[in-house]
Amino acid sequence: MSDKSKSLAKAEDAEHDYSAGLAVVAPDAVKDPGMEPHRVRMTDKSEAHEKRAARQVAALFLFSIVSSAFALYAYFAFPIVEGSNASIRDNTLFLGLGAALGMLAIGIGAVHWAKTLMPDAEVSEARHQTRGSEETRARAIEIIDLANKESGFSRRKLIRRSLYGALAFFPLPGLIVFADLGPNPGDSLKHTMWKKGTRLTRDPDGKPIKASDVTIGSVFHVIPEGLAELEHHKLEEKAKAAVLLVRVDPAILKESAERRDWSYDGIVAYSKICTHVGCPVALYEQQTHHLLCPCHQSTFDLTDACKVLFGPASRPLPQLPIAVDAEGYLVAQDDFNEPVGPSFWERSVNE
Amino acid sequence: MTKQKLNNARRSPLAAILVILAGLLVSGGGYAVASSAVTSSTTAQTSQVAIDAGKKLFLANCASCHGSNAEGANMGPSLIGVGAASVDFQVGTGRMPGQASGPQLMKKPVQFTEEQTAQLAAYVASLAPGPAIPSEEWVGEAAVAAGNSSKGGELFRINCAMCHNAVGAGGALTDGKFAPRLEGVEAKHIYEAMVIGPQNMPVFNDANLTPEDKRDIISYLKYVENNPSAGGEELGGLGPVAEGLFVWIFVLGGIVVITIWLGAKSN
Repeated sequence: MSDKSKSLAKAEDAEHDYSAGLAVVAPDAVKDPGMEPHRVRMTDKSEAHEKRAARQVAALFLFSIVSSAFALYAYFAFPIVEGSNASIRDNTLFLGLGAALGMLAIGIGAVHWAKTLMPDAEVSEARHQTRGSEETRARAIEIIDLANKESGFSRRKLIRRSLYGALAFFPLPGLIVFADLGPNPGDSLKHTMWKKGTRLTRDPDGKPIKASDVTIGSVFHVIPEGLAELEHHKLEEKAKAAVLLVRVDPAILKESAERRDWSYDGIVAYSKICTHVGCPVALYEQQTHHLLCPCHQSTFDLTDACKVLFGPASRPLPQLPIAVDAEGYLVAQDDFNEPVGPSFWERSVNE
Repeated sequence: MTKQKLNNARRSPLAAILVILAGLLVSGGGYAVASSAVTSSTTAQTSQVAIDAGKKLFLANCASCHGSNAEGANMGPSLIGVGAASVDFQVGTGRMPGQASGPQLMKKPVQFTEEQTAQLAAYVASLAPGPAIPSEEWVGEAAVAAGNSSKGGELFRINCAMCHNAVGAGGALTDGKFAPRLEGVEAKHIYEAMVIGPQNMPVFNDANLTPEDKRDIISYLKYVENNPSAGGEELGGLGPVAEGLFVWIFVLGGIVVITIWLGAKSN
């Protein structure tokens, strides 16, 4: 510590010989502006004002009583009637309003009381040193030394080291329970319910869809056959397998050679799960053939393998290869050829 | 004396609060929903007289864009096979005749009388078979009241809500297009829109949503329209955007006001 700062610290606080927690003591630091001049309140000047303020505080507390009582009254006066949304709204609204005003008025009254009627003399409190005095510190060291001597902590190596070992091991049983947080996803992120021959069915009733049902410009929200009847993990399966089925003029479809037979006469099926963070992409614009994700505005071009036109999604939507069975119903040729939805660790194309 | 008072009032901490409040009230001011109540009957005129009258109306009002035989041109698509439902929807909601080109044709005051709309529909329907105007069986008041609004709600959430919002409040699409608000739209027009898929809306044919399904969806929309929200003020039904804006402006504003008051000295 420089002499300069030392002297400054001394000048500020003669009791201590070092600066109080300041890393850098700038000699030209802003001067303490001192106390603001005291302003006399109206309530101190005139008795009428004082009385009025007292009445206001009391009125706020009385208002609080009335509000709380109203909350009690509202609970019975606006009962929740089964089947009526309006009754739930009224019940919660008036009960909550009464209780909230009851609390708020107490708070406002207390603050108003303190501001207008309690003493308002400004006081400055000096900052205390955080460091203990030399005697306190010496005494603390004495106590620790005594404890060490009496317990033999330094002397008895076997006890000390075995205690260290025990302390190192005791958190481990706590850690192991994290293994029970859930089964490993395994390869469930990479496969869906779709497989060769699964019929495309309507969401939610599971009615199979004929290719002839899908007229140009139509959109079908599709689930795999059998999903509607699932008893376990129905939502998990639906969240992976949801598909959007659209028919466009086959002439405007730009299909790569390997995907040429993935569509049927202009009918294409794409995963509805956005490759960004997994929202359902289902806003289909019939004229522009854009598919829009409502969460972050990722836009996909349905006629061009659902490649990303705009937005944060980084991959095209996975396409479900479809065909028509002997009865004319649309069926899947296979599962998606890549995991649907957003990226995850270990994601790779499982071909 | 009064000037002195005014100065004192201006210096009061309450004055700042009042100014802030006034600003907030003006900037966050209310908005009114103006729904044009369009009424029309569903009586269809199919006689030759109506077709002839419709053709005259068509040549005078529509042919400049859609071609003199409704075969379509650069400005407007072919109307052959679009059916009476399409005419009734487009003309009956005022979207046609179109006013100006833009991202989307807007709903506006209806330009033709019910009779003229029916005549135009009869003419376009006479060109080629297409979807007809739905019957009272599906869109009549009694039918809609008897529909299963709970099932309709499920179907609406699966097929419509992603664009039109869960309570039909509408929503944005790409490049300035939007899915319109469905509140106050006639049952007939909602049904027709599902059948014909106007503009960028996809088609929901009877194999996808059966007439019963369509009626149930309309029942759901009318139920939402006529029943108060359990959550109180809906703020347009727009969800987190409107609600977040309300919280930012009024709740945080209120907290700021209270904080200023807490820190201010009493007079």
